[in-house]
Amino acid sequence: MTKLLAFAELKDGEIRNVSYETISAARQIDEGAEVVAIVFGNQNVEDAAKQMIQYGADRAVTVTDDKLEHYTSDGYTQAAMAVIDQEDPDGLVMGHTSAGKDLAPRIASKLDSGLISDITGIEGDQFVRPIYSGKAFEKKSIKDGKTFVTIRPNNIAPLDQDESRSGDVSALDVDIQDLRTIIKDVIRKASDGVDLSEANIVVAGGRGVKSSEGFEPLYEMADVLGAAVGASRGACDAGYCDYSLQIGQTGKVVTPDLYIACGISGAIQHLAGMSNSKVIVAINKDPEANIFNVADYGIVGDLFDVVPKLTEELKALQVN
Amino acid sequence: MNIFVLMKKTFDTEEKIQINGGVIEEDGAEFIINPYDEYAIEEAIKIRDDHGGEVTVVTVGNEESEKQLRTALAMGADKAVLINTEDDLEESDQYSTVRILEAYFEDQEVDIILAGNVAIDKASGQVGPRLADKLDIPYVTTITNLEIDGDTANIVRDVEGDEEKIETSLPLLVTCQQGLNEPRYPSLPGIMKAKKKPLEELEIDDLDLDEDDVEAKTETVEVFLPPEKEAGKVLEGETDDQVKELVSLLKSEAKVL
Repeated sequence: MTKLLAFAELKDGEIRNVSYETISAARQIDEGAEVVAIVFGNQNVEDAAKQMIQYGADRAVTVTDDKLEHYTSDGYTQAAMAVIDQEDPDGLVMGHTSAGKDLAPRIASKLDSGLISDITGIEGDQFVRPIYSGKAFEKKSIKDGKTFVTIRPNNIAPLDQDESRSGDVSALDVDIQDLRTIIKDVIRKASDGVDLSEANIVVAGGRGVKSSEGFEPLYEMADVLGAAVGASRGACDAGYCDYSLQIGQTGKVVTPDLYIACGISGAIQHLAGMSNSKVIVAINKDPEANIFNVADYGIVGDLFDVVPKLTEELKALQVN
Repeated sequence: MNIFVLMKKTFDTEEKIQINGGVIEEDGAEFIINPYDEYAIEEAIKIRDDHGGEVTVVTVGNEESEKQLRTALAMGADKAVLINTEDDLEESDQYSTVRILEAYFEDQEVDIILAGNVAIDKASGQVGPRLADKLDIPYVTTITNLEIDGDTANIVRDVEGDEEKIETSLPLLVTCQQGLNEPRYPSLPGIMKAKKKPLEELEIDDLDLDEDDVEAKTETVEVFLPPEKEAGKVLEGETDDQVKELVSLLKSEAKVL
């Protein structure tokens, strides 16, 4: 039987959604495979392992160590290689997140295997991934070695949670040592709210927002929708918001179900970060703005007039 | 210090993508230095100016890559190396590229290697970490600040918007993120000087590799363009009506609320 590892990613002891998506991706690669969740961290590791099983993994292997509190390449590589040595899997699935991007190539190097990064779909033994900033796609397959992929968050739907599902959780002892990169400090700048790269709805502002106060109506709408707030590079460069909000070629790439662009002109670099969103709404004063070319629905108007009214309408919808 | 930059040429950001005979049409396209590699070149030049040494820019590419290498030399790099795989490799992937780079670096004394964190064409982001693993040196990805003091490097790295402060040591590989610096434009005297700077051209034979050693582990089966998006619906009428219509469309037509 094929055996696939699904990598769970914890942030401050909380499991990230993309972790569940790695399980459904593994099932799409081979429905009959044994899917083994791997969970590393310093706290809540066993709980996270049980959650992974509830979301469809058959069993889980955990490594718990204080040195695994934050992701480091050396620490996580040692843990991952210990699990891989024990399990000898046919393939691995990780999220294409900051940690996944850093770790997966190194593991692939250690295994002398290929790695297909940032996939958004699986069709049999072919993996679909955007290239040229989403202006084209390619289908790739593995010629030789293990099936190793990283998945873009929010593209491969997780399986439904089944709280009655159970499986074996085994702890593996790994002596994590000799970390060559030491994390001295972590400064949280990304908002505490919804994780931008995993959000189902994103409300984003551009230069048209005009100031940092101008983002307030966007935050109010995001609150009502349970959405994350993002921004164009223009808004970040102008100092209206932190670069941690930037969406685009040099920022985050998002693929929410609904993307609401407010006062964003739609430069090609911005489109690279959001054009694969399922439904795009554009609100802009300029009817010629490029964003209307990718939008499913557009409102030509002043965002400071439109957004508060839209927020009220959305509130009304929720009450009903 | 022996400072190396891994560089790749990419399509100009504004370039329209067309497919011809199952592959991306490159004829007539404008190529640029991958924007993230520009940060790497700029940082390399700054390190050299502060600490002394030499900046060597390395690319795995084809004859046309010389243009971007000359641009890097015009920015201020000292030497360029083009590993030309045009005649030897039909299909390559990140595994192949790193086998080639690993063979090249076997004979080099390295203090630091800088690369972009991702190339904007194929966007795998694999080459930096894979190469560091093969060379058995530490690496830090998506860096936004770098201070070198002796053998110690203090680094700030971007983690999805949060900042991590990291201490590590040389030799080291880093991949560069937006915010690290503002890459300079080549000056006219820089462009003149670049013409005389050394540009070494190698093929995989020169690195004691043959085609089998660098055979790709993955293959591209198909390249396609996303379906043309139908023109969106621009709503009409007073703002109040537009807003009501939008919410109703999002709920019943798009089914996203």
